[in-house]
Amino acid sequence: MENNNGYMVMTGNEACIRGAIAAGMRFFAGYPITPATEIAEMASELLPRVGGRYMQMEDELGSLAAVIGASFVGVKAMTASSGPGISLMQENLGVGIIEEIPCVIVDVMRQGPCQGVATVPAQGDLMQSRWGTHGDHPAIVLVPCSVAEVYAETVRAFNLSERFRTPVMLLSDATLAHLSERVRIPEHIELYERKTAPSDKRRFLPYKWNEPDEIAPMPHFGGDTRWSVTGIVHDESGFSSTGSPARIAELVKHLHNKIEHFLPEVEKYEEYRTEDAEVLIVSVGLVSRCARAAVDELRSRGVRAGLFRPITLWPFPEKRLSELLRKVKCACSCEMNEGQLVSIIKQSAGREQRVFAVTQNDGTVMKIDAIVSGVLEGCRDE
Amino acid sequence: MSEKHVFEKYLIENRLPTMLCPGCGNGIVYGALLRAIDRAGLDQNKIVISSGIGCSGRGYGYMDFCGMHTAHGRGLAFATGAKMADPSLHVIFLTGDGDCASIGGNHFIHACRRNIGITTIMMNNSNYGMTGGQYSPTTPEGVRTKTSVYGNMEPPFDICSLAVAAGATYVARAGTYYIKELTDYITAALMHDGFSLVEAMCDCPTLYGRLNGQGGAPAMMKLQKTNLVPMEKAKTMSEEELSGKHITGVYADRRDREEFTARYDRLIERAGGKL
Repeated sequence: MENNNGYMVMTGNEACIRGAIAAGMRFFAGYPITPATEIAEMASELLPRVGGRYMQMEDELGSLAAVIGASFVGVKAMTASSGPGISLMQENLGVGIIEEIPCVIVDVMRQGPCQGVATVPAQGDLMQSRWGTHGDHPAIVLVPCSVAEVYAETVRAFNLSERFRTPVMLLSDATLAHLSERVRIPEHIELYERKTAPSDKRRFLPYKWNEPDEIAPMPHFGGDTRWSVTGIVHDESGFSSTGSPARIAELVKHLHNKIEHFLPEVEKYEEYRTEDAEVLIVSVGLVSRCARAAVDELRSRGVRAGLFRPITLWPFPEKRLSELLRKVKCACSCEMNEGQLVSIIKQSAGREQRVFAVTQNDGTVMKIDAIVSGVLEGCRDE
Repeated sequence: MSEKHVFEKYLIENRLPTMLCPGCGNGIVYGALLRAIDRAGLDQNKIVISSGIGCSGRGYGYMDFCGMHTAHGRGLAFATGAKMADPSLHVIFLTGDGDCASIGGNHFIHACRRNIGITTIMMNNSNYGMTGGQYSPTTPEGVRTKTSVYGNMEPPFDICSLAVAAGATYVARAGTYYIKELTDYITAALMHDGFSLVEAMCDCPTLYGRLNGQGGAPAMMKLQKTNLVPMEKAKTMSEEELSGKHITGVYADRRDREEFTARYDRLIERAGGKL
């Protein structure tokens, strides 16, 4: 890592921790796990230098708990882990969602299920990142495809988290985590700072909204005002309120509305050669770069392919996907699992439209040739 | 401050009455905690109550402090994050025997080991009350609960001895019948610089007491006079005589280990510099 005219060469994991510190993260709690460990290692080294704190917890249950605890106090906080650890965090993720506490969780994906293979990449957690914790809930999940994008999207994860008062997840993978690339470190970074309430010394109402998509400010614990919250369905004062069906419905709706009504602020995607495409490839993360190269290769063979790459995976940019689907003959996902993204495409596709998955689930990043032949095979008339 | 003023200052009136059953010991512990907070002279705005799930965890909901009601067993890990993020806070963890000694056991021993400045008040009513009276890791052997109808087969934890062994620097046990000692110990725990535990022996007349024929709340309170033995007296008793009894008193009050966040502050000074 050397800072050269604003450029630095670093790994994906290093970009993640440096992006987080640039975003103002000053508390990290974690537990060692391959392939995410370097994020914790660098947090332990770098955070004290900027007055921040690193905490090695007894397990991943404790890691996310401590992160949310720190966020209550007004400190931007994060944790990073991989499959097994992310599974352990699911209950506390629900705490962050219903109590509306900003924080960032990084999942450096490895091959699963269970211990799977610790050292190799996969994309088996795409659906877990949406539905991993129980109960109906919203999810904001970002999936960068390069080291530079890991840096930028980590910053954006903190901004979205503070803006929407909710946990935000960032998905990387074992290869992106250890890939070294050049990153331009911006001189100025736009940061969204948490809205805190005016201190009026009375008990604060942290869940009071006039419109169901409004987000109340969040004063920090230890400040001028006092407030409480529970993971139980609560009233505007934050105390449990389970007796009213109307309140239950209102709270759950609020959690969704506060994000779904502001999709343009959350959604982010990139398109490559989609203008005249007849075959649409949908892909996220590192493997999308192979899919992008496959688009060029397919075009050189006379197949007008294009790439749709969500950078915000959840909420999925369904509107844009639908628009693109209307213009193409067939569409496929390109993903490193047994086919998770493809189900989203199928939801949006027309009944007669051919939709298929080009997948590889062997712990290696898909090669361009494999994607090209997978697409050609899928498009071939039956 | 008079009793009335303590409760007026620290209780949220429109949240009362509590959801606790008549005769529950938890309310006595809440009262002792509020008196202790007053005696320790803590800044009300600097107090954070973290709590887990169960009857014990509901205490935060009646008190006018900052409070986080979290996930079952995890309150101490949430508390750890809050204390680390702002060491000037007085972080108090309200928990029960199931929440602390079972599902949260791992967080508990590691918080003891780190000696992080959090005061844990464990209300031990020897069963899972909120879910209807199942045996917990502190239920005595042979006792009847909803999941031990033939008598509990598991030996119980002595949570104070566990805390001492794990490195906690202030550890004490008292019963709700002994309100003066209980309040004194909680006051000392709040003023202690390091991890402190007060185990409050509580009665659950609705479930544990009823299932074991111990009578109502007053009868169970009286039973504490035989079941709880002060440390000095215990020294004169045989192992047989002490069987099934809990020894009360101060198990640890050490000043030889530095509190964790203070230690980390010195690390920050040492590391200070550029990225």
